[in-house]
Amino acid sequence: MFIRLTDDEEAIDEVFSNFFTSECGPETVREAASTGFDRALWDRLGQTGAAAMSAPESVGGGGADLGTLALAVGHLGRTLAPLPLIEHAVATRLLARLAPDHALLASLIEGTAIATLALQSDNPQQLVPAGAIADVVLWRTGDEIRIGSGGAPGEVLNNLADLPLNRRNLDELCTETLSGDSETFDLAIAEWQALMATALVGSGFAALKLGVDYVQERYQFDKLIGTFQSLQHGLADASTGVEGADLLAKRAIWALDTDQPNALTLPSMAMIFAAESALSSAATSLQYHGGYGFAEEYDIQLYYRRAKGWPMQYGPVGPELQRLADLLITTGAH
Amino acid sequence: MDFSFTPEAEAFRVEVKAFIAEHLTPDVLESTREGTIHNQGFHKKMAERGWLNGAVPAELGGGGRDPLEMLVLVEELQLAGAPIDGMGVAVIVAAIVLELGNDHLKETVVPPIIGGDALCSFGYTEPDSGSDVAAATTVAVQDGDEWVINGQKMWTTMAHIADYVLLLTRTNPDVPKHKGLTFFIVPLDTPGIEIQPVHTMGTERSNATFYDNVRIGDEWRIGDVDGGWAVMKAGLKFERGIAGGQFPSAMLIDAAIAAAEAAPRADDATAIDDPRVREQIVRAMIDLEVARGFAYKTAFLASQGVMFGVEGSMLKLFVAEAYKKHTQWFLEMLGSEGLLSLDTPGAPVGGHLDEHFRHAPVTSIYGGTSEITRNLIAGAHLGLPRS
Ligand SMILES: Cc1cc2nc3c(=O)[nH]c(=O)nc-3n(C[C@H](O)[C@H](O)[C@H](O)COP(=O)(O)OP(=O)(O)OC[C@H]3O[C@@H](n4cnc5c(N)ncnc54)[C@H](O)[C@@H]3O)c2cc1C
Repeated sequence: MFIRLTDDEEAIDEVFSNFFTSECGPETVREAASTGFDRALWDRLGQTGAAAMSAPESVGGGGADLGTLALAVGHLGRTLAPLPLIEHAVATRLLARLAPDHALLASLIEGTAIATLALQSDNPQQLVPAGAIADVVLWRTGDEIRIGSGGAPGEVLNNLADLPLNRRNLDELCTETLSGDSETFDLAIAEWQALMATALVGSGFAALKLGVDYVQERYQFDKLIGTFQSLQHGLADASTGVEGADLLAKRAIWALDTDQPNALTLPSMAMIFAAESALSSAATSLQYHGGYGFAEEYDIQLYYRRAKGWPMQYGPVGPELQRLADLLITTGAH
Repeated sequence: MDFSFTPEAEAFRVEVKAFIAEHLTPDVLESTREGTIHNQGFHKKMAERGWLNGAVPAELGGGGRDPLEMLVLVEELQLAGAPIDGMGVAVIVAAIVLELGNDHLKETVVPPIIGGDALCSFGYTEPDSGSDVAAATTVAVQDGDEWVINGQKMWTTMAHIADYVLLLTRTNPDVPKHKGLTFFIVPLDTPGIEIQPVHTMGTERSNATFYDNVRIGDEWRIGDVDGGWAVMKAGLKFERGIAGGQFPSAMLIDAAIAAAEAAPRADDATAIDDPRVREQIVRAMIDLEVARGFAYKTAFLASQGVMFGVEGSMLKLFVAEAYKKHTQWFLEMLGSEGLLSLDTPGAPVGGHLDEHFRHAPVTSIYGGTSEITRNLIAGAHLGLPRS
């Protein structure tokens, strides 16, 4: 048991913390609102090796585990960086697992091409995460894992979370069926969920900090509003939720890295809990900004919209809970 | 990041499971029906393994077991529903006596407590002071080598079966309230003590205890005169790693699944086929994993010799609030049959969901209410100013 960053991880974390805070302030996020993507930022991140760091060394990647990638993703979450890091990393790992000699891998490792995965099965018209900018898409139809590449539309469908969302006609895009069993795709989905949980936790911490800072600046009734107990309790609950989500997301990442028996269920549990905690953190902080929280100019609304929008890319939570129920509830034991 | 238990801790888990299989008999589980989450025989068996002493630091002469192993012990005992209230008290009392007590207390009190032969209760709360524990008014006045104690305590749980009470008294009314408190370990057979039962809406029974010119020697004092607050803080410190009540939802989920499988719904279905019930079971499982995260983190910090702070508060707050919600869901799923209480003929799963529902509210009250815990998180963790 070691529930803390190692010295090495600490050092890597600091690199990413510096990168994201210096390269991606709120103005960067706002400027990318209509495209959901900042290509110059993506290129700079690529120079740090982050885009390819979690691809296996055998295909030219950095060979880092998910735990290390999660350090970058956490800071992406905190700063709301408009980058398809999660999709790209997960899709690249998936392709490397299924077809280590695939011709497309080199450009994905370089970061000159962007990869993503379509999260829903058997839905050729679905909204694909990073679908507006991805050059390579992987998805599942029936038991088959397919890949397609070519012409990203570039155009974004306007959306709640300022994401680079678009549909891709998967039937038309398909160039190849990859050999490999369908469970490999389940693993990729779980990786996406665990990293999404990580990003949400990052956003939740940042949103909470906005609220905690604001209530220590604003006076009403001649008192700092942060002295009002109802606000203190709301923030304490939000903080508890995000801290709990953080520990669960970390355990989910660890479960994947070490191939634990619950490696396919913990990530889903972590994503569901992180989604609710991040939203409640953002919503609470927004509420405690009063009217300013609703103003475009204040950053908290950026967090509020993403906390809801990011996990919605996966699909509705109801069916996901039912899927988990089928996996987790053992009957007849009593 | 590593969430795995050491091979030693995993081996210990096997030992604990075997112990539970052997000693946590239906009789032991039933015995808590009398209202006290303690069973003397089971407690003694744990003492024989050295487990009551396990969480007491080795530097103090305790068992000094790895906090991660103590977590394994508490986790397994709680998942199995074992009555361990006496264990929590034993650890804290033994540890603070070893750290702050005099030779008399170390020789008289500690061996039987960690040997499982004597039991101690906590006398902090009074009729007029609970959350504001430092406002205690039970007075102790020095008279030569003796102290004379007068006052009343409320919620002195287990006092009716205990040998001692760790008693918080006021020894100086003329200083700020935290600075005039003194602790004693009072033998409960001392003349002048009266114990009256306090019944609850759950199965638990507690007590009100009355102290009428109770005379004890100075050798029963623990810590300095007017130094009670330091003793209080030491007690909190030793709660780490053994803080109870982390996983009440685990037993509840098992009971809920069993009840749902047996609860008929229309068209030959049962409640376990109901998507809403399935969703609620999964949500409770998610909350349980969150609780595990907090519990593992606190045990990890303790194993590193770090005094955990906010993680312990968050664990307490999160678990109690989640558990209350879970008990509401799972009772409701049974419809009118869910109304039937413990041991009533025909009650689903023996009425245990009703028992959980009745019990749940106390978990966000005792040991520091949820509101007090939120105050702590807001102040100590988020750095918000005092209201
Ligand atoms: C079954 C049971 C067993 C117990 N066992 C023991 C035991 O063995 N030994 C022992 O000493 N005690 C024991 N207790 C007492 C328990 O610790 C107290 O009940 C608890 O600390 C709350 O104190 P109170 O009941 O006086 O409530 P109060 O302190 O009067 O609180 C009333 C309400 O006001 C809120 N409140 C109080 N202060 C604040 C504040 N500053 N900010 C916001 N809200 C506030 C509380 O959260 C609560 O909701 C037990 C209690 C129960 C019910």
